[in-house]
Amino acid sequence: MDGTNQTPEVSAPDPDSAALPHDSAARHVAGRAPYADDLAEPSRMVHLALGLSTIARGRIVEADLEPVRAAPGVVAVLTADDIPGINDTGPVIHDEPALALSANGGEVQFCGQPLFIVIAETRDAARAAARLAAISYETQAPVLTIDDAISAGSYLHEPYRMVRGEAKIAVAAAPRRLKGRIDMGGQDHFYLEGQIAIATPGEGEEMHILSSTQHPSEVQAVVAHNLSLPANAVTVEVRRMGGGFGGKETQGNLIAVAAALAARVTGRPAKLRLDRDDDMVMTGKRHPFRVAYEVGFDTDGRILGVRIEQWANCGWSHDLSAAIADRAMFHADNAYFYPAVEITSHRCRTNLVSMTAFRGFGGPQGVLGAERMIEHIAYDLKLDPLIVRRRNFYDPMGAIPARSITPYHMIVEDCVIDEIVSDLASSARYEQRRAEIARWNEASPVLKRGLALTPVKFGISFTTSHLNQAGALVLIYQDGSVMLNHGGTEMGQGLHRKIIQIAAGELGLDPSAVRITATRTDKVPNTSATAASSGTDLNGMAVKDACDQLKARLAGHLGLEDPVFADGMIRWDGGETSWAEAVKSAYFARVSLAASGFYRTPDIHWDKEKARGRPFYYFAYGAAMTEVVLDTLTGENRMLRADILHDVGKSLNPGVDLGQVEGGFIQGVGWLTTEELFWDAEGALKTHAPSTYKIPTAGDRPDVMNVRLWEKGENRALTVRRSKAVGEPPLMLGTSAFLALCHAANADGVWRAIDAPATAERMLMAL
Amino acid sequence: MAGPHSNLTLSLNGKTLRVPDCAPTTTLLDWLRYDQGLTGTKEGCAEGDCGACTVVVRDLSSDGTLRQRTVNACIQLLPMMHGKEVITVEHLSITGTPHPVQTAMAAEGGSQCGFCTPGFVMSLWHGHLTDASVEESDVADQLAGNLCRCTGYGPILRAAAAARALPTAPDDRPDAAERLKQMKTRALTHEVADGWFRAPRDIHNLAALIAVHPDATLLAGATDIGLWVTKNGFRPEKIIHLGDCTELAKIEETETGIRIGAAVTHGDAMAALGALCPDFEELWRRFASVQVRAAGTVCGNIANGSPIGDAAPALIAAGATVTLRKRDRKRVLPLEAFFVEYGKQDRQPGEFVESIDVPRPADPEALKIYKISKRFDQDITAVLAAIHVRVTDDVVSDARIALGGMAAIPMRARGTEAALIGRPLDDRAIGAAIRALANDVTPLSDHRASAAYRLKAAQNLLMKYYLERTFGPQRVTGPGRYEMAAP
Repeated sequence: MDGTNQTPEVSAPDPDSAALPHDSAARHVAGRAPYADDLAEPSRMVHLALGLSTIARGRIVEADLEPVRAAPGVVAVLTADDIPGINDTGPVIHDEPALALSANGGEVQFCGQPLFIVIAETRDAARAAARLAAISYETQAPVLTIDDAISAGSYLHEPYRMVRGEAKIAVAAAPRRLKGRIDMGGQDHFYLEGQIAIATPGEGEEMHILSSTQHPSEVQAVVAHNLSLPANAVTVEVRRMGGGFGGKETQGNLIAVAAALAARVTGRPAKLRLDRDDDMVMTGKRHPFRVAYEVGFDTDGRILGVRIEQWANCGWSHDLSAAIADRAMFHADNAYFYPAVEITSHRCRTNLVSMTAFRGFGGPQGVLGAERMIEHIAYDLKLDPLIVRRRNFYDPMGAIPARSITPYHMIVEDCVIDEIVSDLASSARYEQRRAEIARWNEASPVLKRGLALTPVKFGISFTTSHLNQAGALVLIYQDGSVMLNHGGTEMGQGLHRKIIQIAAGELGLDPSAVRITATRTDKVPNTSATAASSGTDLNGMAVKDACDQLKARLAGHLGLEDPVFADGMIRWDGGETSWAEAVKSAYFARVSLAASGFYRTPDIHWDKEKARGRPFYYFAYGAAMTEVVLDTLTGENRMLRADILHDVGKSLNPGVDLGQVEGGFIQGVGWLTTEELFWDAEGALKTHAPSTYKIPTAGDRPDVMNVRLWEKGENRALTVRRSKAVGEPPLMLGTSAFLALCHAANADGVWRAIDAPATAERMLMAL
Repeated sequence: MAGPHSNLTLSLNGKTLRVPDCAPTTTLLDWLRYDQGLTGTKEGCAEGDCGACTVVVRDLSSDGTLRQRTVNACIQLLPMMHGKEVITVEHLSITGTPHPVQTAMAAEGGSQCGFCTPGFVMSLWHGHLTDASVEESDVADQLAGNLCRCTGYGPILRAAAAARALPTAPDDRPDAAERLKQMKTRALTHEVADGWFRAPRDIHNLAALIAVHPDATLLAGATDIGLWVTKNGFRPEKIIHLGDCTELAKIEETETGIRIGAAVTHGDAMAALGALCPDFEELWRRFASVQVRAAGTVCGNIANGSPIGDAAPALIAAGATVTLRKRDRKRVLPLEAFFVEYGKQDRQPGEFVESIDVPRPADPEALKIYKISKRFDQDITAVLAAIHVRVTDDVVSDARIALGGMAAIPMRARGTEAALIGRPLDDRAIGAAIRALANDVTPLSDHRASAAYRLKAAQNLLMKYYLERTFGPQRVTGPGRYEMAAP
């Protein structure tokens, strides 16, 4: 089936099903929603632990694993030599050995790199034994920071550029010019459920993997090539994850490979569940970034030309870094029109863990760079930053597109940011509060308040165009109940809830009649990762396609043209029958009641060579306004109030969408305030547990928080019921909290370019 | 000792069980999940920081009333549950009807990925049963030990309030009290092949056991030792648990202040300390979550000797003393003298920290405590300054300034104190103290803060102390913090 020619449904979501909570909510609260580690362990299961490198860069000169093998309960110890296929877990470029240690020694590229696998009778035995290896290294000075990489000339590949117009000339000719720079830290996902995989050998060479992954098809492919198996011998299953946020897009690969390898070697079911500390040391994070800008603008604050340079600290391997750094470039404009622009991106290769996908996928770093630049312009002109923002927004939807073209030559056709910002600024009283704060700050020597309103425009689609496809399998059983599988995975975002709503709506059934079971590679093949906020857009349409096929077959069976499927009935002019009756009679008439649906996003294309095209199907918009208070004696700070207005198009489920907006905002604030990754001078991560790495707690939420979905929202693109993707965009709303802190710090009128995250230390030392 | 024998008995979700053969360091969480198949309780970190493993523990206090608290099952050792009742999330809807907090959590969108949810449900259930406040800020404190990465907490805070409006569920606490009375356990002796775990209830037996086994690991709340077990593979042969000793579980009023026994948890001590000085209560609120406060002990925080323990500098500034005991012989030290050097305390073999005496400050407002950390709640301190300056006849008559995070041990800033004593507390004296501080301290640079920041912040805290004495609170957190005017 070609999924692109269908006419999408544009009716409003069913109000009843739109109010339903998460599909597993009742089980979550009862402790009866099982995650991988919750399944009863078969009696012969073996348990794994990984031996990790203790240096960041060098060669292994000697590795004595005998003490590990001799430890109580140890069944086997595996190195790269035991991998029958290709020793690699890299998702795009194959530069990631699963295990770094072989009989020839091996090269260590980051501290915490997996060297060998211990297989033991119990988890404790495996973990205890893994500590017993005696490994000696020939160490080399590690490349750790962006500055290190620049001095060493250490990059993954050549710089990538996006150019439109003559930026250099435009900047030079502008009435005013500024240069600036911001460094921003990375972020650990801190999914509450750590990485885990359970491999169970089947008959012959078959292998079943239960994995906590956002990307079952990739786990399947990676396990297959490490074990030298065809893909059809490997089945990957995931019912739910305890959080993903991008951290389980590629980072589950190694875990699954290790479990599969152990299962292959021992012939026994094998489980690898990482301890939290190992998980944080071993797995990738949001990329630390540096963004430098040189901007020319007029005396009204209108930007005339921009040259932006971005550096991403990618860690030791490619992983998804190229696409992430690309997305940082795609969002270097945030919501602003740059008449002439040049964006250069450097992908630094360092001896840190390989940085990976994290909600926003480079977008947040690009956005923060743009927002810092806007603040700088406003400071230079003594204008309110919101005025500068609004003067530079892309032209609104419906206007003759004069200021609508992005640095990558895509026309922004759906811009609603000014309307959203205008609504938020007036409902949350931006001007009055900025004025009141200025007065208050003058009278308060120690505490200073700050307020910032920031927009977000976020491009929706995988920028690797071929990934924008999805499949679904819809089965109707003789009793009329519906089983549904699709390529998306559930990590808490409420995808299955929305998909059930879509299917139930299409088939005219109560949502309780539709069941979604685990995502499996043997139900829907060749899936893309549940990522890029695309889960509902892609899989929802694939499900709709399958439902359309089934409806057409039932209608054909009943000899009807376009009957109405509603309320468990099939109705036509002059008659009706129940869904259950129709299904039963279709079965007896030998009509197939199974359908495979497919969808591919239309209208997108990307020319990588020229850095131009239409990488996004549409944009999602939102804005946040946050007030903070800062202690200028200690740098301690706290959010006081946040007001958010976000565009999710026509919401499929407002409860689920609000949850994404509110949760994304707080996660974004965490990234820019308390969440600090600290590597020591040797490249060892010292913030590898919740005791040292501080995500927000309930008390960090502002006392006043008003979150609204934009009522006028309606996607102009033909998405499922005109909804918009919501997973990632709200994270960037957290930028407002960071810039509010900068506003407070600069209350004395002195410009301070503060880096992120705004820990108490960074704030105080900037003052 | 004789061969394996054990009287380890506990109640799990209302059912009394004997567990004679677990390893002494078996964590409550592992036992629940892998032995009992109760997988609703999750492991998020195995170090007591995320709360996904929150369970409720009940026992009877010495007067026979039921006590109930939440703990992190990941860092509680199973033998510590002897004679107690453990309630897991599975128990809440055992009748088939969800508890109001479960209904509200589901309806308000309090669960997204759901992994942290059972832990939140248990914290909320505990709050619900004990009628805790459902004001958002109070709930936020009740939940400071439960991390959620999905929701941003709003729906969970709303669920706490919404649950209160739902029809009440049956209260099973009277039944639990009856069960615990019927259990009639004696002091725990748990001896298995891997080693032993003993928990004398009588102070003399306890003191004698410690004297006979000076090499045994002394365990109170396990909020640190639990991590040695889960993170470092610590498997001691002998564990002596102080937590079941009734004599040590007391907070006594003394002539000069209060005496806190070695088994008194932070949670139990918090209010008594707060009555001495309001900043104590806020410090104790912040330095650990409800679950950790309910398990960890004040004396354990001292005996442990950590340079970043929060109790020590605060109590040193108040002039606290520590009582060490070996058999019936007691020794009293000024608290600051207990800390010898990094990793070394003045505790002789066979001795244990029996209690801490905290004097009542003559002027509670003269003792101010500042804790700086990356996050306000449940975070380890970068800089702690406890400043206690007495002014008599317009002149500083006494100054006790204790710092945490500024040296290898909790310390008094003697030079800084000297710079203030005998002078009026004014700009010049504070300036002198700020200069003197630089010579008193040797801060470290680490992942919590740089040495430069630690010094600057500590100096600024002297200024803050001075300003607050003059102008009142200047804070972004804690009592007296800046609050936004109502919109």
